[in-house]
Amino acid sequence: MNHILVMAIRRLRKPLITLIVVYALSILGLVLIPGMDDQGQPWRMDFFHAFYFVSFMGSTIGFGEVPYPFTDAQRMWTLVCIYATVISWLYGIGKMLTLFQDQAFIRQMNRFSFIRNVRRIQEPFYLVCGYGITGQLVVKHLVERGIRVVVVDIDRNRIDALESSPLPMSIHGLWADASEPAVLHDAGLINPHCLAVLALTNKDSANLAIAITTKLLAKKQKLPVICRSESDITTANLASFGTDRIIDPFVTYADYLAMALHSPYKHLIYDWLTNPEHRSLKSAYQKTQGRWIICGYGRFGRALHRSFEGKPVSLTLIDSYPQPEGLEIDFVRGLGTEAVTLKQARIDGAVGLVAGTDNDANNLSIIMTALELNPKLMTVARQNDSNNAAVFEAANTDLVMDPARIIANHILSPLKTPLVPAFLQLLRKQEEVWARSLLNRMSELVGANELDSWDFGIDAQDAAAVLEDLQEGDAIRLADIIRDPGDRGRKLAALVLMLKRDNNCMLLPEPDELLLPGDRILFCGKPEAHREMRWTLSNANVLDYVLGKPMQSGWLVRKLASWSRPVEVTALPSSSSDEVPLVPLDPDTNHESDGRNRG
Amino acid sequence: MNREKVAFAFFIVLALTVNFGFFIGDIDNPEHHNVFEFFAALVVSLIATVLKLGDRTHIGAVLLATSLVADLQLVTAAFVWGYAEHISGTGMTPSVMSSVVSLSAGALLANLTSVILLMVETILLRR
Repeated sequence: MNHILVMAIRRLRKPLITLIVVYALSILGLVLIPGMDDQGQPWRMDFFHAFYFVSFMGSTIGFGEVPYPFTDAQRMWTLVCIYATVISWLYGIGKMLTLFQDQAFIRQMNRFSFIRNVRRIQEPFYLVCGYGITGQLVVKHLVERGIRVVVVDIDRNRIDALESSPLPMSIHGLWADASEPAVLHDAGLINPHCLAVLALTNKDSANLAIAITTKLLAKKQKLPVICRSESDITTANLASFGTDRIIDPFVTYADYLAMALHSPYKHLIYDWLTNPEHRSLKSAYQKTQGRWIICGYGRFGRALHRSFEGKPVSLTLIDSYPQPEGLEIDFVRGLGTEAVTLKQARIDGAVGLVAGTDNDANNLSIIMTALELNPKLMTVARQNDSNNAAVFEAANTDLVMDPARIIANHILSPLKTPLVPAFLQLLRKQEEVWARSLLNRMSELVGANELDSWDFGIDAQDAAAVLEDLQEGDAIRLADIIRDPGDRGRKLAALVLMLKRDNNCMLLPEPDELLLPGDRILFCGKPEAHREMRWTLSNANVLDYVLGKPMQSGWLVRKLASWSRPVEVTALPSSSSDEVPLVPLDPDTNHESDGRNRG
Repeated sequence: MNREKVAFAFFIVLALTVNFGFFIGDIDNPEHHNVFEFFAALVVSLIATVLKLGDRTHIGAVLLATSLVADLQLVTAAFVWGYAEHISGTGMTPSVMSSVVSLSAGALLANLTSVILLMVETILLRR
């Protein structure tokens, strides 16, 4: 606020001085010019009356000539004063209005109200830098899940769009360059409620600056940074100072594609867990071994080349630039949009084609031409602009690579279920047969419906009831919490994927496995099963039912029961866990959060 | 030479000198205290205040504060004067004059502080 005021006052200095001088001269003139009173005696106005007269004249209220009618000399001076005061007032008011319309001033005002709003946030939030297509996707999903977001973007139109977007929660947006440390600071970088910084701008240099600023300024909080990168140099640079997650859409998609072609079942598990809309089981690609043609040897082409290395496929590259030196590979020079080039790359003998140039029209043209020459071809298109989604869908390609969606999915799925990345890492090391049997089990659970994945820890926040029972010495097995709280004889449509205990991950643990406090468990299954399981985990009565214990009722009912049967008052110590979530079970975590608030 | 600095110092020093000119003389003798000089002191003091607005340095803040004190004292003195002359009907008596002059003496001290601060700042200024 302070420097807005300073800025305003500085601009208004000249008009104020003008006003003071004009008033002083007018008053002085009126005092000096001789007048006449009602008896025709010579009379001089005093300062008091002069100030009174100038005050109402200057503001054009005009009470008339007081206290006595003016002489012609006084009227002449008054004429001068009228114009002088009106002009100086107009000048002053005009300056003030320009100040309020001044872009720099408005920006300052917005910045100030933004800072105030961010400071007032009392719940966890994500700081999203860059509100492009990726940023919009991420913000939309976060907000739909009820998570607060603060957005910074360098483009004013995007921030304006944010303010008018129909999102269910108001989002604080700032139009500023996020690579400036002061901007990040104002956006709540060191706010104790900030969960993570997502650097999603389309400039690698800006993302790099955001990541390093976060790592340095929020060193104490160890704030995680998730960063988008589009080149290997940036990725290496980001990794060098410990950026928590680096997402390169080209490398990510190349890996994804390589997995789709070489281990289709693993790929489907991966796809089901990371994409909200997953593909059907039948879409596992079988006939993918053979020769592949890659059009465009840019960032995407190079990443693909690397991912395909060591796999039983041979490659033919098509690029408009000459073959890079030292690259021992089948190479055709050309764009790939003409039949000649594609024939030269022996399209008839190929099993698949990747149209990976940075031009959407060219990519579509490549796909169309190639399918004409070889209709059995499997095609993958790179979509650079999200606005072209409809065209790519109509082009009937097998797979479309949309960088914005890839980054958004890769950011969102670990935020929703933190164990998923660890599971996917372990998945890569498994055999394809293992993946196939797991996929069959998953498919049995949900069929063609959406597969939800969720994880929780055996702690006071996620599973208060379970934690309390465990602390009382009860033994709870994994199989117990999969029971249906509506009918304990039935099982929920959920499958346990992984159990993490003291940094050890158990893939597909046995149902007999006993739960311990501090465990984290990853499940997948129907969304309804997720809801029901949450109920079991947090409500002691439901848990008791699921475990097959006799019903325990609430405090009031037990009190009433004890009145009617006074002999049984000395029952067990009250363990009504309806109240448990209100009482922090772990004093340490509580202290820690206090300390953070103070810091 | 910076023209802005000249105007700044000019008004601060002028506020002191004009104020001093009004103040000097017998405290209760209206003959010794000219109303035009008082008017000039008030106007110059107001201009000096506006010139000091918007300076973000610490010394700028203190300068502004001294100026505001001087304004307050002089405006109060003007009220006393106007009240005596036009409202109470007693006219300018020695007791009213002495209270007006003592109020302006307070403003004089504030203006003096202003000038001293200005000198300190000038001396401390490194080339």
